[in-house]
Amino acid sequence: MNIVTFKSDFIKPVILGAIIFAALAFLPSLVDSYYMSLAISITSFAILATAWAMFSGPTRYISLATVVFFGIGAYTVAVLGEILPFPVVLICAALAGTVLALLVGFSTLRLAGVYFVIFTFGLTELVRQVVSWYEVNVTRELGRYIFLDITQDDIYWQLLTLLAVLLLTGFILGRSRLGFALRIIGEDETVAKHCGINVTRVKVALFVLSAVFMTLTGAIMAPRWTYIDPVIAFNPMLSFQVVIMALLGGPRRLLGPILGVIPLTLLFEVLTANFPNHFSIMLGVTFMVIVYLLPGGVIGLYEKYGGPNKPSHPNGPPTTKEKTA
Amino acid sequence: MSAEILLSVSGLHKAFGGLIAVNQMQFDVHKGEILGLLGPNGSGKTTVMNLISGALPPNEGKVVLAGRDITSLPAHTISHAGIARTFQLVRILPDLDCIENIEAGLAFRPGPLWGDAAKLAARALLDRIGLADHAHTPAGDLTYIDQKRLELGRALALQPKLLLLDEWLAGLNPSELQEGIALVRKLKSEGLTIIMVEHVMDAIRSLCDRCVVMNTGTKIADGTPETVLADPEVIRAYLGDAHA
Repeated sequence: MNIVTFKSDFIKPVILGAIIFAALAFLPSLVDSYYMSLAISITSFAILATAWAMFSGPTRYISLATVVFFGIGAYTVAVLGEILPFPVVLICAALAGTVLALLVGFSTLRLAGVYFVIFTFGLTELVRQVVSWYEVNVTRELGRYIFLDITQDDIYWQLLTLLAVLLLTGFILGRSRLGFALRIIGEDETVAKHCGINVTRVKVALFVLSAVFMTLTGAIMAPRWTYIDPVIAFNPMLSFQVVIMALLGGPRRLLGPILGVIPLTLLFEVLTANFPNHFSIMLGVTFMVIVYLLPGGVIGLYEKYGGPNKPSHPNGPPTTKEKTA
Repeated sequence: MSAEILLSVSGLHKAFGGLIAVNQMQFDVHKGEILGLLGPNGSGKTTVMNLISGALPPNEGKVVLAGRDITSLPAHTISHAGIARTFQLVRILPDLDCIENIEAGLAFRPGPLWGDAAKLAARALLDRIGLADHAHTPAGDLTYIDQKRLELGRALALQPKLLLLDEWLAGLNPSELQEGIALVRKLKSEGLTIIMVEHVMDAIRSLCDRCVVMNTGTKIADGTPETVLADPEVIRAYLGDAHA
């Protein structure tokens, strides 16, 4: 009996997801290019926020390094895009993201709380400066042009595929021992160690997994810009946006971050269109309002008022800890 | 009592800055026995437990489990070697339910259980520690005694050779205490070796085969509960010179 319910538990959401994604794939033939560009924004942020939450949700380590991996992906395309076929470029980007995530993971995941946040923020600055230095002193040109024969629709389909793979990965992870280990670490790292979990290895594995998806997003998005320089590719604003979106949605459920991505991407769209000069301040206000009013995210609201399984500790949602961190 | 030594601690030393918490500790634990680790507050008992379980690395000394040197190994490796523990301030996984708390112990031990097998084993263990009715209760909603039971269940799920109980009986009311003592006795009868840090004298007298008494980081007595509790040095450590 258990085996049967387990299987239908597993297969139903996967089939449902496959149908939704198949339907979304027809979007380009239905809407014009303005809405396609909006769809690309939403899909790319959906990947970034979900990948971010995959690691940061259960562990409660707030990473501001999203844009580091995103930028590495974009730069891989800028450097290799005209030399190698695009799929090979994507593999190279994933490898570059993996190597960097391993380095960062092993050197910093022993840091806790605010130190980790500061480190990841500093890392963004470091990588941007190193790339700038290299471009100025070695290639002698700060910017790079990306001329690839990739259309807006291609970008959308690639992102959609990546999002589907990410959600499937997250879904399987949630049912795996690795995912369970991560939840235990999030609850109590000391207990996790004494239960026989190699805490460092689990955290690094998840950090790398999440970073690979971020890097690939950067790589897929790169052809859209045609011109990139370090300031564009490593803009720290992106990391903050991803954190806000994931927190608004609720970082501890697989689909939570997407619930934050959709309204906020639309909001950013309205803000940049109508208040181009006040974008930053509006963003800051939005962040404060979210943390203050929705400490458990949209998902938290749902669980509080009418969800089937209410959380046992409404006083201790992850975001209150994150706020103090 | 078999004479086979399961755990051997020698020359164990730990200092926090200028404070020497554990000073040249030396004792053996035989297979199947319950060793009481006693001493006034601040005498270094919990630090000894932390050094054995790998929560802290010692500055000097050796910890040998069943012939294997486990000194300074990381906590998860020591857990795999066969040492499980509970904590002085009870540590459960509050947002996970009771079954999941037990599964935490099952899923990452050598010979791990996962999926249906883990659920079955977890239910059996919950039954054994008297929490069968709370399978889907979040651990944070349990009463204090039930949280202690659950923590013990998680430790047992690891199938340890040696169990470290850090004041596991503290804070229980008299009837809970009797239940607790009966539970620990049952574990002993099943062949488990236990080191318990304890202040509850009833429990010490009725459970411990042998006691090691510490004061300011140093061992001051080692013997049966009757002998050590009558030792003038031990009385002085607890009650002061006037009573010795």
